[in-house]
Amino acid sequence: MDDFSESISAAFYLLITFDSDLMEIVGLSLYVSMAAICIASIIGLPTGAAIAILRFPGQRLFAILLNALMGLPPVVVGLVVYLGLSRSGPLGVFGLLYSPTAMIIAQVILVTPIIAALTRQVIEDLWLEYEDQLRSLGANPISALPTLIWDGRFSLITAVLAGFGRASAEVGAVMIVGGNIDHVTRVMTTAIALEVSKGDLALALGLGLILLCLSLGINGAVYAVKEAAIRRHA
Amino acid sequence: MNYSSPILPLKLEDVSFQAGGKRLIKELNCEFGPGPRSVIIGPNGAGKSLFLKICHGLIKPHTGSVRWNDPNDASARRYQAMVFQRPVMLRRSVSANIHYPLKLRKIPKAERIILVEEALNISGISRLRDHPARVLSFGEQQKLALARAWALKPQVLFLDEPTASLDPAATHTVEEIIHAIHKQGTKIIMTTHDLAQAKRIADEVLFMFRGRLLERAPANKFFEQPENDLAQSFVKGELLWQRMGKAHQKHKYSEMTK
Repeated sequence: MDDFSESISAAFYLLITFDSDLMEIVGLSLYVSMAAICIASIIGLPTGAAIAILRFPGQRLFAILLNALMGLPPVVVGLVVYLGLSRSGPLGVFGLLYSPTAMIIAQVILVTPIIAALTRQVIEDLWLEYEDQLRSLGANPISALPTLIWDGRFSLITAVLAGFGRASAEVGAVMIVGGNIDHVTRVMTTAIALEVSKGDLALALGLGLILLCLSLGINGAVYAVKEAAIRRHA
Repeated sequence: MNYSSPILPLKLEDVSFQAGGKRLIKELNCEFGPGPRSVIIGPNGAGKSLFLKICHGLIKPHTGSVRWNDPNDASARRYQAMVFQRPVMLRRSVSANIHYPLKLRKIPKAERIILVEEALNISGISRLRDHPARVLSFGEQQKLALARAWALKPQVLFLDEPTASLDPAATHTVEEIIHAIHKQGTKIIMTTHDLAQAKRIADEVLFMFRGRLLERAPANKFFEQPENDLAQSFVKGELLWQRMGKAHQKHKYSEMTK
């Protein structure tokens, strides 16, 4: 019980003083996860929508594969990216290992299937409602893709948020490819893991609380925007 | 847009369609030329909507052929439009909904703006132009659907029970818009199960029952004295399935008591 109250006061102290180390860690966490989410959305939204409405051989298989990839273990993704980016790996020449870029790459791989799989579900349902009308208006499945993504935007926000939750909370992948280097690749989750193993539970719990609040804040803000938009557009 | 190549007449030959082992459209033959407003009537489940969708190319028949005069499929598609019983509105403004199919047809923006403006005016919804389309009432949505079709300047407009869920006032406006579209030279092919509406709109009537086209006649002739006896009872307001069903039901009962 003592640990808990101590950690809370430690967290507040760090927050109120805008502790520069803490701000750096929080900032890098947001940067990595946001960048990963942007790239994963650019890939995942059209891919999921295409698998939902284009008819091609192996379409069902793709859908099943996507659903399975939602559960990719972060450490495995981290390991694969690690092997790819290490000096002797195929992408070793770029010297990206232990950099924020490497962390973004790992998170993109982790999150894209989540966004794509949830998008596929949303767009498949929407296509049932829209197909006759859109084809009547002169659209083919290809030109219908952007229309469906735009019209499904309120539901797709949830897919993107699910991806963000995954990216900001995972520790395995960023730990392996980032290495938790102070001032370079240290993010909230890796910092928490480190503080726990060092025995500094107070700081770890404090960081955890901040992570929770950030996640809550972002989800709350997106929810409010979404609700307002739905009220306007029905 | 010009009508350099007329897409009509539309010819259906031996068209059949089945789903779940049931034949829903049976060996249908007919031809639509430009001009008269054709209204397809018949009870629920007669296959009217299916028939329209097959004509419009949304559903492929299992046998038979649907042929437009214009052998170029793309231009035949370009010059037809359809208004559904419950039209789907895109999640954007009223005017953006009218812009959408014009953009798909690659009509230049300057021309698009004029067409959208005209369409908004003729359907009487210009005051709603910036409203999100999905929050409109049913009646307003149906007017928007007609405006959307009107802006395409189609040679053929299919309407599937366009007033089925509307009140009399909205029905009246929708019918006026349909007349205005017809006056422009657009061929109207429409389904309804509202006899009074068929009388108001139809130049010719096609009577469908259980997937077959049983009679086709000029409107005044049809409503005075239909040749087909099922059509006669339908015009008189009798319930067809009761008539048709007696023999059928007897059979069913005997099956059940076995």
